[in-house]
Amino acid sequence: METFGDPAVWLPWTFAALMGLSILIYVILDGFDLGVGLLMPLADDAEKDLLVASIGPFWDANETWLVLAIGLLLVAFPPAHGIILTALYFPVFVMLVGLILRGVSFEFRAKAPIAQKPRWNLAFFLGSLLAAMSQGFMLGMYVMGLTWTVSHVAFALLTAVFLTVGYSFIGAAWLIAKTGGDLQARAVGWARGGIWGLIFGIGGISLATPFVSPRIFDKWFSLPEFFYLSPMPLLSLALVGYLWWQIRHLPRPDDRRAWGPFAAAMALFTLAFGGMAYSFYPYVVPEQITIYDAAAAPESLSIILIGTLFVLPAILGYTALSYYIFRGKATELRYD
Amino acid sequence: MAPDDQIFGNYLIVSKARVGLQTQSEGEPLDTLILSRIQFGANISFHILFPTITIALGWALLFFRLRFNATGERKWMDVYVFWVKIFALSFAMGVVSGITMSFQFGTNWPGFMETVGNVAGPLLAYEVMTAFFLEAVFLGIMLFGASRVKPWVHTLATFLVAFGTTMSAFWILVLNSWMHTPQGYELRDGIVHATDWFAIIFNPSMPYRLVHMLLASGLTVAFLVAGISALRLLWGDRAESVKTTLRFGIITGAALIPLQILAGDFHGLNTLEHQPAKVAAMEGNWETGPNIPLLLFAVPDGDARQNNFEIGVPSGASIILKHKPSGVVPGLNDFVAEDGTALHPPVAPVFYSFRIMVGTGMAMLVLSWGGLYLLRRYGAGDMPTVPLVGFAAMSFSGWIATLAGWYTTEIGRQPWLVQGVLSTKDAVSDVPAGMVMGTLIGYLAIYAALTIAYISVITYLARKASRGEPLSTRRYPRSGEAEVAVIPGE
Repeated sequence: METFGDPAVWLPWTFAALMGLSILIYVILDGFDLGVGLLMPLADDAEKDLLVASIGPFWDANETWLVLAIGLLLVAFPPAHGIILTALYFPVFVMLVGLILRGVSFEFRAKAPIAQKPRWNLAFFLGSLLAAMSQGFMLGMYVMGLTWTVSHVAFALLTAVFLTVGYSFIGAAWLIAKTGGDLQARAVGWARGGIWGLIFGIGGISLATPFVSPRIFDKWFSLPEFFYLSPMPLLSLALVGYLWWQIRHLPRPDDRRAWGPFAAAMALFTLAFGGMAYSFYPYVVPEQITIYDAAAAPESLSIILIGTLFVLPAILGYTALSYYIFRGKATELRYD
Repeated sequence: MAPDDQIFGNYLIVSKARVGLQTQSEGEPLDTLILSRIQFGANISFHILFPTITIALGWALLFFRLRFNATGERKWMDVYVFWVKIFALSFAMGVVSGITMSFQFGTNWPGFMETVGNVAGPLLAYEVMTAFFLEAVFLGIMLFGASRVKPWVHTLATFLVAFGTTMSAFWILVLNSWMHTPQGYELRDGIVHATDWFAIIFNPSMPYRLVHMLLASGLTVAFLVAGISALRLLWGDRAESVKTTLRFGIITGAALIPLQILAGDFHGLNTLEHQPAKVAAMEGNWETGPNIPLLLFAVPDGDARQNNFEIGVPSGASIILKHKPSGVVPGLNDFVAEDGTALHPPVAPVFYSFRIMVGTGMAMLVLSWGGLYLLRRYGAGDMPTVPLVGFAAMSFSGWIATLAGWYTTEIGRQPWLVQGVLSTKDAVSDVPAGMVMGTLIGYLAIYAALTIAYISVITYLARKASRGEPLSTRRYPRSGEAEVAVIPGE
């Protein structure tokens, strides 16, 4: 291990990177299925079944990335885990209630007596809404350094709304790719509304983050870093422009470029996430605790890392297999 | 071992100050502590109901699938399609309540990971990586992929889901057992550091606890399958698949219950060796000595430190625990600090929970062996009404036994969170009690509503199936046969 330098340096770095990757994958994957849940009230009864069918085989595995992300925070940075989660005690509770409602509604809406179906559809929507709102709220609070002041809470409430609308966009982008006909055309319409969430959400956080601390400001606006980093915001703008143009012209004949909005939305989420990671590095609790201070013992991290190197490629592999098996336009879910 | 600690027999009595019991009477921390314990207890009680079903039901589904592959009999696929729905429902309930728990480590028990994170962390990480993803991804294929993949891939997906749930149980029980019988670690500056992973994983109570839990899952599913099948027979459902599952449930239950009684006995002896205070509480025995009776019933009084009412079998506890009437059984009074502070768990909950577990197990023994006799005499289709009602009533008996067993062992570990290493009190967060109370009420309301919804939907599915609505209109290819169904989306 000596060849890699000091394990107390590269191990925390590696785990921060793994955790970041898990959070990013979670935000994209559960982002789209939470987004589909948010769109439920806009769909009619037959469409609702198709909405659920488009995410049915995937949602459970998507949510597992959240467990991995929180698990990595827990195992690699135990003190940070405690500080962050106790600071966010109430929004975490709201998110969990949302995830519980949503997860069980998937099953109950299909299995309970038909008369109860509207109730479980509502629970499915409300669960998605609570989960998305609380995640946006926590994102805002995290950016603001996890302190509960009126202005921070106000900012977090704004990010809660924007992330929720942003999720509905990526949800609509998923539906554009996975459905056809009238529903696809309506999903394009939903995406036209949802794109504002992306614009205001990513824009707002990008503008606010540098002013949270002089350290972050200097990371972005000192020379020559400013020039090296400029492709990031420029590429983001280009992606927003592409999305804007796409959703004016979809759906096209032969279903061409139906995957375009989803792919561009993934790229945009990735860029925005990369920007945040750059801002906050090396802190895991913003401006308080670095990943190096919070890291668990090297021998414990090593034993997790060895397993991760074998298991993570396998997870990615069979996740891809599942998306391949359920490729094509969504159809009715059947157990037989 | 701190200077104030003393050795008692082969058991370490840790100084009261280190356990932190003296400060328990302060106002706010106690409230947050009690409320956090109730909250985690409620959460984990709700959670364990569903893995207890999915662990064994996954293997049962694999069995049904393999029987179909081998015989091509339609009934096996009907059985599969009915029970896979209950599996899906249980799995979703388990997932969402499990996510809740992974967050509560941080929101309510930050001291747990800060102190023992170096051991607990890797074990939990391996659970997520080797079990969660496996089950979550292949669940999609198992539930909805039957028409999209070849039969052998569907069979493989069923196997991988069953394997994943069992791996998940393995890692969790490794960690839980380590909290009861920790080894393979050293303390540096009050933080646990792993020194020997083999010793940590194969800690002394792990094999017993794992076997005990897996058998509990098997019994829970056996009685659930038998109970729901009995219910359907009572409703007049004469389908071949229902008689088959009634036989399956009764035979599985009858086969597993003696094994479980044996495993439980070994587990108890293991606990006697490593956590004698817990066994003393289970037996309701206050004074160490020979010829200790096996109490069938008693009313332990923790304040007066005595039992108010006892019905017992003379020397029974001595015979069970030491295999002779003169065997010395530890008593609770040995686990008291000089100033009278109890260093043992609260007696009444452990004592009663243990009896509920054993009592339920005995009822399972009687019913399943009686059922076995009736199966031979009448066959599954002509079973008399009374035993069918009995099985239907016992549908969720596995839940009761499992919860009672977990209460016995977990309350029995108090006041420790990690035996001898970390007290429960030292791990709790400083979140205000009012906040914990608020979220506790929220969780309890949701859990109560969902448990009712779960049981009523299972009953509804059974009733719907009893009305003879076809479970499936598809023709199933057997493993090895060519796929004939039209694959949607192609």
